[in-house]
Amino acid sequence: MTYARRTKDELAARVARDIPDGATVNLGIGQPTLVANHIPSSLEILLHSENGILGMGPAPAAGLEDYDLINAGKQPVTLLPGGSYCHHADSFAMMRGGHLDICVLGAFQVSATGDLANWHTGEADAIPAVGGAMDLAVGAKQTWVMMDLLTKQGQSKLVSQCSYPLTGIGCVKRVYTDLATLACSHSGLSVIDMVPGLSLEALSQLIGLPLALQASSPK
Amino acid sequence: MINKFVASVAEALADTPDGATVLIGGFGTAGIPDELIEGLLRQGAKDLTLVNNNAGNGEQGLAALLKAGRVRKVVCSFPRQTDSYVFDSLYRSGQVELELVPQGNLAERIRAAGAGIGGFFSATGYGTELAKNPDGTLKETREINGRMYVYETPIHGDLALIRAERGDRWGNLTFRKAARNFGPIMAMAARKTVATVFEKAELGEMDPETVITPGIFVQAVVHIERVATQAGGIKA
Repeated sequence: MTYARRTKDELAARVARDIPDGATVNLGIGQPTLVANHIPSSLEILLHSENGILGMGPAPAAGLEDYDLINAGKQPVTLLPGGSYCHHADSFAMMRGGHLDICVLGAFQVSATGDLANWHTGEADAIPAVGGAMDLAVGAKQTWVMMDLLTKQGQSKLVSQCSYPLTGIGCVKRVYTDLATLACSHSGLSVIDMVPGLSLEALSQLIGLPLALQASSPK
Repeated sequence: MINKFVASVAEALADTPDGATVLIGGFGTAGIPDELIEGLLRQGAKDLTLVNNNAGNGEQGLAALLKAGRVRKVVCSFPRQTDSYVFDSLYRSGQVELELVPQGNLAERIRAAGAGIGGFFSATGYGTELAKNPDGTLKETREINGRMYVYETPIHGDLALIRAERGDRWGNLTFRKAARNFGPIMAMAARKTVATVFEKAELGEMDPETVITPGIFVQAVVHIERVATQAGGIKA
């Protein structure tokens, strides 16, 4: 049987579906930013940006950019009615103090037990840069990862042990990929859903690790 | 009488010594104290340690200080940018030292310095390469209520450079939107804080309920002309 990968937008929509009304969420730079486009307008989701914005709105119309109002990726954004600003220590206290419900991050690798590697390739001449990744990874109530399951070379980014430098230990609860959604726990990986046509055996073979099947997708 | 207004950037920065640790506010395009960084470049202090979220873009601002060979060390969370080539090449050739700090630890270490706290245990970075001291030894760790933490020390500044929005002669400051970022905590953490303001307020004119940085944390205020941003979003 054949199967099709989720497109980036389908993946973003899949993540958005699990965000409950009223949640406070930080969307990481890059692919996770797309999730905002798929949150239904009927819900009130508070978006947090590390540089001191709570209640962040979409990009402004052309010509209305205000460069004092940017997101963590340095792009102009807007503030929703009810939104607020704070200084950096308060903004990171929202993460570090466990006030943020969900953060969605990209990753190089995630281990079956939820270790995250997403800040550094570890190459000798690479300039290391971490930003807020380590604070988000261990601070939010739930850390979700959004990534392609396989590297361009076809290797699984879900691994038994990360080979890249770690961002946090045992911090990832869920991994949303182009082929399946999985949960990480002390006892390993379990499958929440898969794209139509993909079997548990085929997925397990791609990942190279044993997989359990969850009875139903937890909310 | 207290009057913290200083006529020029040059006057405000004149006593900056070589070897100073300088906390510099700003994140991306918001709140970078361009006029003060430019002033520090002209003032001439060298062997500086710069504390900022990034390590300079293009050849302006922090990058200009780096390029002029005035910086010994950079403490930041995110040096790598598409246009951070000045820092990149100095770092690769060993001409500038880097202390990479997770952004929340950076903010809290600065805040701790301002609040007189001798350090704190942080869950951020536990078990990672950033839980090491510059000499490669492991930082102190402790288990608290079943969770592992790393001991982090305060970051004190000799000087803080801040871009604020409005200020009065007592040094009370407000900020604009996300340009607030590191400003309030850096102002608290430095022996001397110099802030630029676009608007000069008379004493009593600023709403005391909305003062973000009380004047006690500010030593000098310089009134500067507002420059319109590229797209004109900021009122000119």
